[in-house]
Amino acid sequence: MNKDTRQKNANLVRTLVLVALGMFGFGYALVPLYDVMCEVVFKKEKPGIPVAAEEVSYKVDKNREITVEFMTTVNKSAPMLFRSEIKKLKIHPGEYVTVNFYAENKTDKAMVAQAIPSISPGPAAEYFKKTECFCFTEQTFKAREGKTMPVRFVVNPEIPEQYKTITLAYTFFDNTETSVK
Amino acid sequence: MSAVTAEHVDHHDDHDHGPAKGLLRWVITTNHKDIGTLYLVFALAMFFVGGIMAMIIRAELFEPGLQFVQPQFFNSMTTMHALVMVFGAVMPAFVGLANWMIPMMIGAPDMALPRMNNMSFWLLVSGVLLLASTLFMEGGSPAAGWTLYPPLVLQTGNALPFAVFSVHLLGISSIMGAINIIATIFNMRAPGMTLMKMPLFVWTWLITGFLLIAIMPVFAGAVTMLLTDKFFGTSFFDAAGGGDPILYQHIFWFFGHPEVYVMILPTFGVASTIIPVFARKPLFGYSSMVYATASIAFLSFIVWAHHMFTVGMPVAGELYFMYATMLIAIPTGVKVFNWTATMWKGSLTFETPMLFSIAFVVLFTMGGFTGLMMSIAPSDFQYHDTYFIVAHFHYTLVPASVFILMAAGYYWLPKWTGHMYNEKIGQLHFWLSAVSVNILFFPQHFLGLAGMPRRIPDYAVQFADWNMISSIGGFIFGASQLLFLYIVIDTIRGGTGEKVTDEVWEDAHKHGLEWTLPSPPPYHTFTTPPTVIPTEHI
Repeated sequence: MNKDTRQKNANLVRTLVLVALGMFGFGYALVPLYDVMCEVVFKKEKPGIPVAAEEVSYKVDKNREITVEFMTTVNKSAPMLFRSEIKKLKIHPGEYVTVNFYAENKTDKAMVAQAIPSISPGPAAEYFKKTECFCFTEQTFKAREGKTMPVRFVVNPEIPEQYKTITLAYTFFDNTETSVK
Repeated sequence: MSAVTAEHVDHHDDHDHGPAKGLLRWVITTNHKDIGTLYLVFALAMFFVGGIMAMIIRAELFEPGLQFVQPQFFNSMTTMHALVMVFGAVMPAFVGLANWMIPMMIGAPDMALPRMNNMSFWLLVSGVLLLASTLFMEGGSPAAGWTLYPPLVLQTGNALPFAVFSVHLLGISSIMGAINIIATIFNMRAPGMTLMKMPLFVWTWLITGFLLIAIMPVFAGAVTMLLTDKFFGTSFFDAAGGGDPILYQHIFWFFGHPEVYVMILPTFGVASTIIPVFARKPLFGYSSMVYATASIAFLSFIVWAHHMFTVGMPVAGELYFMYATMLIAIPTGVKVFNWTATMWKGSLTFETPMLFSIAFVVLFTMGGFTGLMMSIAPSDFQYHDTYFIVAHFHYTLVPASVFILMAAGYYWLPKWTGHMYNEKIGQLHFWLSAVSVNILFFPQHFLGLAGMPRRIPDYAVQFADWNMISSIGGFIFGASQLLFLYIVIDTIRGGTGEKVTDEVWEDAHKHGLEWTLPSPPPYHTFTTPPTVIPTEHI
């Protein structure tokens, strides 16, 4: 191999190694890009910690009924008891309802936990507005403490006819170690 | 300084030494033929290791209920089978072929970076050993599919960091191999071997090399995020900390979709090399083959979310990924057309390499068609995560990539060893494989359409009959591969005893430079570049 080829090889290797390192960085750049894509292209917020909707008064649609079901789960790492006071209820679109949830710290230590909501079917989520929810912030529990926490919500009457049942699921995660507080 | 270097180099080139003596030769070798052999032998060994895992899977699925293994171990088997076959068998086999053939095809004395070549092989071995070690760890090896989706994969026991570091090693090994191949192709071609005269195997590997450099680091990043999520409190994929597990799927498939083309593009290259020789015609549409390969590679980067149609993407996203995916059928169709047109009115003979290549064209097309079915987003909701997808990608990998690797083995073994393989046993191997691979995978289409989910050790009784047939096909296919092992060993030890010519196959020297060399080729070839460039293949 002559010197010229050696030099050409060295240059090419340098470039290609830089490309590989750049692509490693690109993998990490996909993390913020994903959020941007969700918001800009698809006008859809990344599921995450939600914020309160403003309380607007809607015209209640007495002709329609929607069943709202509640599901409660605790993440494997969270030593908690968690349930809703009722399993499901029927509401009219436009009417405000408050439902209580109960969560209890089963350990002898204080705990910080975060509930993450999920609404299915997905496209119904934009019509489902929560004005008050324990999921907006992290919840602090003293040792063995149990709390009753309300969720106040409304279903926008503009929701398409096809949605007759909406399921609201919460998962509690133990954030004691990673909490920013 | 420069004079000294030049003198040293010249001296090195003049000193035409053979291989080092003893077993250490294989550890320290920097010779492209030795390293190619190492890769190919390692890949063949891993093919059988991954194959045994597949046999465990098919044995468990022979009947409904749990017979042989526990569900956790079953899921480990599906994960390990996939990782071993992808990273231990198919990819190294193509790197082995690249090592052996690319310098000989482009008239180069060796790979551009021989020492790095040695290192990439031994990193590969370390990576695979690290992966295999997870089988013996507390909590078992990863059992979350080859995709390693969180949160499931984060429940892996002690094995998780080992699996992650194994992926890092395999990634570094692949990237180094790819850099080496690209540097060889760009800088080491013989005078007159212009890019558009290169054999298609070289072309497809050049493009594959770029794919590898672009995607392996992304996969390394994704598994690093899994590692930090599990052990260092980050929340890339953890909803509790504001992360999102769907993000992992996007990053994974950004790697994963081009990755499947890493396994299929060199397959296309070998098929385009073998078919013209046995059809005794130039390849139909050489330049369209090059452009088709490049467009498939480009498209592979912008279609990844078709693996995720059911995650709840907005309709705009579903439509975009659906149409973009369908586009791939066009360059792929060009290729299938060209192979068929190459055979059209050719003087075909049906030696074992050609038989495997023809079976590839037919069966790969079937795998491609089921891919087209799944690219249709609304239909995909039925097929997603069922045995239909298992049937689809096994059709594109087993009777495609693996068959072409077999074809390549039969095609070049006489060149590598100087001995002829046993054609009768070769044909027996082909027919047993071609029939059993269909008994194995075709019923899985029916199972998937009927709703049998993938990655389950037990199933509803209505799936029993087709599973039993599929398993029987699997056992025959597995056993048939022992014939290939026998043929390889037999050929190395002398084969039929028939002395093969330099060109081995009739007029092959018009198709590629490797056939102008003696069989077997001397340890160092093309230390002076060849003067005549064959052009029959273009």
